[in-house]
Amino acid sequence: MLIDVKNMDHRELNDRIRDAQEDCVITNCCGQRFIAVGMSGKHITIEGVPGNALGAYLGGASVTVLSNAQDAVGDTMNDGEIVIHGNVGDAAGYAMRGGSIYVKGNAGYRAGIHMKAYREKKPVMVIGGRAGSFLGEYQAGGLILVLGLRCDGRKIVSYFPCTGMHGGKMILRSDCKDVVFPTQVSCHPATAEDLAEIREYVENFCRKFSMDTETIMDAPFTVITPNSSNPYRQMYVAN
Amino acid sequence: MKLEGQVRIPSGCAIAAAISRDGKRMTGEMIANAMKPMHDRSNGLGGGFAGYGIYPEYKDFYALHMFFDCRTTRKDCEVFLKEHFEIVKSEIMPTRKIPAITDEPVIWRYFVAPLQSVLHAQQLDEEEFVARTVMKINTEHPGAYVFSSGKNMGTFKAVGFPEDVGVFYRLDEYEGYSWTAHGRYPTNTPGWWGGAHPFSLLDWSIVHNGEISSYDANRRFIEMFGYQCTLQTDTEVITYIMDYLLRRQGLTLEEAASVVAAPFWSTIEDKPPAERETLMYLRTVFPGLLITGPFSVVFGFRGGLMALNDRLKLRSMVVGEKDDMVYIASEEAAIRTMAPDAENIWAPAGGEPVIIRVKDGVVV
Repeated sequence: MLIDVKNMDHRELNDRIRDAQEDCVITNCCGQRFIAVGMSGKHITIEGVPGNALGAYLGGASVTVLSNAQDAVGDTMNDGEIVIHGNVGDAAGYAMRGGSIYVKGNAGYRAGIHMKAYREKKPVMVIGGRAGSFLGEYQAGGLILVLGLRCDGRKIVSYFPCTGMHGGKMILRSDCKDVVFPTQVSCHPATAEDLAEIREYVENFCRKFSMDTETIMDAPFTVITPNSSNPYRQMYVAN
Repeated sequence: MKLEGQVRIPSGCAIAAAISRDGKRMTGEMIANAMKPMHDRSNGLGGGFAGYGIYPEYKDFYALHMFFDCRTTRKDCEVFLKEHFEIVKSEIMPTRKIPAITDEPVIWRYFVAPLQSVLHAQQLDEEEFVARTVMKINTEHPGAYVFSSGKNMGTFKAVGFPEDVGVFYRLDEYEGYSWTAHGRYPTNTPGWWGGAHPFSLLDWSIVHNGEISSYDANRRFIEMFGYQCTLQTDTEVITYIMDYLLRRQGLTLEEAASVVAAPFWSTIEDKPPAERETLMYLRTVFPGLLITGPFSVVFGFRGGLMALNDRLKLRSMVVGEKDDMVYIASEEAAIRTMAPDAENIWAPAGGEPVIIRVKDGVVV
């Protein structure tokens, strides 16, 4: 079902998606916030630029954006999938708790800030290009994978990655010799086990964006994890 | 009405700008429309615009845009103006009565030139004289505010949503080569007409999304040099900082950006020696002008615009281009409204100034 959302406000837009009994294609989108908020069981394709907090609190729905997306994509999402065929703004995957985000291009500042995992819930964010500063800030769980495709000579990640990281895992497709990490994380070249873990996500990425898995896998990967599972033990009471 | 300090309303903002590098003039309608998809970033307590190149017929005169709380204030203030300036034109600001904008003050516009005799007596150059006179009116004439004082440029601001403010001030009837816009969601202060953005002095103007944590430190520093913060909100101080650094200290735009959004010492350490020395010098000489807290600003000046984020980039800002046009906005959607097929959409890094000037040889 095609929904033309030119000049439509975000409430009506979401009502139209909820009322639709079939997959939705949203056209002429320009800045409407909160699209697909909390939704499950829907397949939504967006033409145009969606506004901030796209797929916030997302349930099991899948959202595909054919252009760039703005800030806070997948804010606190629980499940489902968001696929962006362009770049994303700042704070993508903000406090994400489950599901997956695939970005073909670059991510802005603070991608994956405070991602977290719990039991069967493990959020995954794959960024095809490079990431801005403060990647994985306060990361508490889940997986952030940055592929660094088409970096145009710039670093795969800008300043201050992993600041405050205390859980989860970050994997960068680079030897990371030019990246400065904080002292509370440790880095090691990806092991066979690490590579096996990410292959599934790289395959998904390549299927969505028509790229070749083997070409992407054939490169050095660096794994970053926090040094301790409880880095604040000394700061507060023993527990 | 209660001003900042008497009441606190904790509560974001929207900014947008467009400039023609060829110096082509466009009406203010486009920039007003750009604010529509960002409507939810404002709350109706302030909207405003700055246009450059809008008064070619009076380009040699300072255009004073003023708010007065009543007719008596205006009459008294006009006596003062006549003692200091030759007034070549004085008129009520053309506006449209629309339901969305109410309770407007008396809004007046003067095109003036400083009296040569007064300049000689005070031994001041023209710009310094105008800047000081603006400060004097804003501090010593209760109920009177000069909210725009540049040449061939003007700011227009009100309490309301920006798209309505554009209609109110008839921006479709002005043509400028460069425009900035702001939608306000006041933090810490009630919306009032003087508190809306842009904040301008001489040809400088600032629109700002954010909140300045260092406001009082910045204010105390800048007030040592004759600036008075009278408009009861944080953004005002950025305008005076830029005037001080650019006009009085003679810094370049890039240097001024390195003062207000200075890189971290750890970042400076990693720079090549010459650049490191410059950055250390600027941080050391002007520590009181470092602006901390979240901000994205567009700074307007004669012949150009500068966009700048705080060094931690706590606010969003994107830049796009199409032919000779450059667009800046809090959200890509706003750029797409102005230019659906805009190219090279990118987000500048924190503390990375983006400076756009009209091409050499274009007279503005």
